[in-house]
Amino acid sequence: MSAATLFNEPEDVLATAAGWRAAGEQVAIATVTETWGSSPRPAGSRLAISKSGKMAGSVSGGCIEGAVAEAAMKTIDTGTPQLLDFGVTHERAWEVGLACGGKVKVFVERLS
Amino acid sequence: MTPEILAALEAAQREKRAIVLATRLPDGAQSLLPDAAAPEALNAAAARALDRDENGTVKIDGQDWFLHAHNPPLRLVVVGAVHIAQALVPFAARCGYAVTVVDPRRSFASDERFPNVTISTEWPDEAMDALAPDHRTAVVTLTHDPKLDDPALDRALKSQAFYIGALGSRKTHAARLKRLRELGHDETALARIKGPVGLNIEAVTAPEIGLSIMAEIVAVRRGAPLPEKARLPAAASASASSASASSASAPQAA
Repeated sequence: MSAATLFNEPEDVLATAAGWRAAGEQVAIATVTETWGSSPRPAGSRLAISKSGKMAGSVSGGCIEGAVAEAAMKTIDTGTPQLLDFGVTHERAWEVGLACGGKVKVFVERLS
Repeated sequence: MTPEILAALEAAQREKRAIVLATRLPDGAQSLLPDAAAPEALNAAAARALDRDENGTVKIDGQDWFLHAHNPPLRLVVVGAVHIAQALVPFAARCGYAVTVVDPRRSFASDERFPNVTISTEWPDEAMDALAPDHRTAVVTLTHDPKLDDPALDRALKSQAFYIGALGSRKTHAARLKRLRELGHDETALARIKGPVGLNIEAVTAPEIGLSIMAEIVAVRRGAPLPEKARLPAAASASASSASASSASAPQAA
């Protein structure tokens, strides 16, 4: 129950990512940069992903984390950041997106 | 994100300084604002982001910048190291608030009862003067003792605190408002005090009351529409108040 949380994020995603990095892991950070309609996590929400598959935080209600993690692996390997666009999915389609009807943009960068 | 940017963000956090991480999209070039070398429009947009505590993308000189506001934590000052405070503090910490518990009674304000929480054992008026609540601070009084609650509420009303709550039944609250009126606070000021404190969820136990208080703080912070608290005349609520004198979200008079 420490009051020393990072800024306003009760879950200190950046500090978690920094901890992984310091322990020798390769790490990417995904950040929601824009939202339209009903998306569960506001701009600024972060998801940290490690090369070994650890995840902390979130950029959605769980709908796009898998795809973001996949993109993060590429950014970890190449060092090139990516700006990902996720739109509405059709209920029955097997595509990645937000069933809630929102749209989000997610920026993925490597923690070097 | 470079190690230098990460270190600067961590330093700002330690020193409780507000700072904006600016990321140019889509190439990811980053800088920290305010920065004298940055375009004036970018610094101005960063200042707005901090003021509103809002992150977003802005277009400046034809370039898209994602501005991520990193403000120091919101603060909660709890006056009264009582049982309900023990229940409220973990909710507030989980919601990202930096909490200070104020109580000059050392048997209440012990590290054992409040592990890892900042405690002030000064008198509430002195503690409040030192803490200087601002527009990112919530103040809740829980002692029931006018000697402790009143000076804290007096200072809170003179501050920009975005939330002021006071535990007590409607009868207790009416008496409290009368005393604060005598200290020179007008009706507009007194209307800032949420009393009885907390959303009415018929809370009974200490954790439930803590939850109702935290929910009300969040609702006020986020601008949720809230029903006006019923204002019963003191006489009408007297019969109901003895049993519920110590409960927030006191059950309505039957």
